[in-house]
Amino acid sequence: MAAEGKAIDALSQFELAPVLGAFGSSVNFSQSNAHMLLAGGIITALLMYGMAARAIVPGRLQALAESSYEFIHDLVVNQVGEEGKRFFPFVFTLFMFVLVGNMLGLLPYAFTFTSHIAVTLALAMIVFVLITVVALMLHGKKFFGYFFPEGAPIWLAPIIVPVEIVSYLSRPVSLSIRLFANMVAGHVMLKVFATFIVMLGGLGTIGIFAASLPLAVIVALFAFEVMVAFLQAYVFAILTSIYLHDAVHLH
Amino acid sequence: MDVLAAKALGAGLAVIALAGVGIGIGNIFSAMVSTVGRNPSARDAVFPIGILGFALTEAVALFALLIAFLILFT
Repeated sequence: MAAEGKAIDALSQFELAPVLGAFGSSVNFSQSNAHMLLAGGIITALLMYGMAARAIVPGRLQALAESSYEFIHDLVVNQVGEEGKRFFPFVFTLFMFVLVGNMLGLLPYAFTFTSHIAVTLALAMIVFVLITVVALMLHGKKFFGYFFPEGAPIWLAPIIVPVEIVSYLSRPVSLSIRLFANMVAGHVMLKVFATFIVMLGGLGTIGIFAASLPLAVIVALFAFEVMVAFLQAYVFAILTSIYLHDAVHLH
Repeated sequence: MDVLAAKALGAGLAVIALAGVGIGIGNIFSAMVSTVGRNPSARDAVFPIGILGFALTEAVALFALLIAFLILFT
């Protein structure tokens, strides 16, 4: 899978292939969709079975469910304030979906659905539309004052307003490309080092000893990727909260 | 110059941005280390901000990497 021929084939891991036979290919049900369903199932199972016991001293699953709930709850309340509580379910869903998607992609033979710009841009556009609608509903016309900070001299308006508008419109772009690029770069890096191992292993006895070096690197990289998988989900959630804060409070 | 050589050069040029990202990430963590060194009880407050800054800066590196990939593979 890693080294067909002698070339490094790093990008074929992101290709979509229909699953579920003829039915799957007729509705374009790819392995990406299957992994999304799986991620949803894992999250639902974690929260339902984890919280089914409702023990005062939680078991491992319940502790995981409770701590992830509390983690995001604290994050949203700290960033947005008390008004942010009604956005908590949304942010929690986003966080868990991205986190489980990133983590699923690290398993062997699994597919990372967050490595596709279509998926991450869809998630980011949901956030973007939500913050714009919330800001318009809460503040009405005053929302457009967001693009011109109070107290700035009026003759700066021709410069500040376009800059603020561009920065507002680039939010979904940066939000989606950050997640997608992190995932793609991480998986390409893992694939490149895995290919080094296979290539060196083909050189005979010396090669097998030499291959232990990229093997050590890939172990470290994998640990790094687990951290990145969590960090990117966290960053996605915290940026969503910051944008929500802007929408609720307008600066 | 043939197209393949120009592509390789362009991809190399695209990742020059990593110099700035290296400086930025170094700055973030040096500030974080000195903050925690001065006031260890601020660790919990500073850590998430530092990690957020790290992730935002790292994204710039990944944008450059993405451009390099686009140049190389398309």
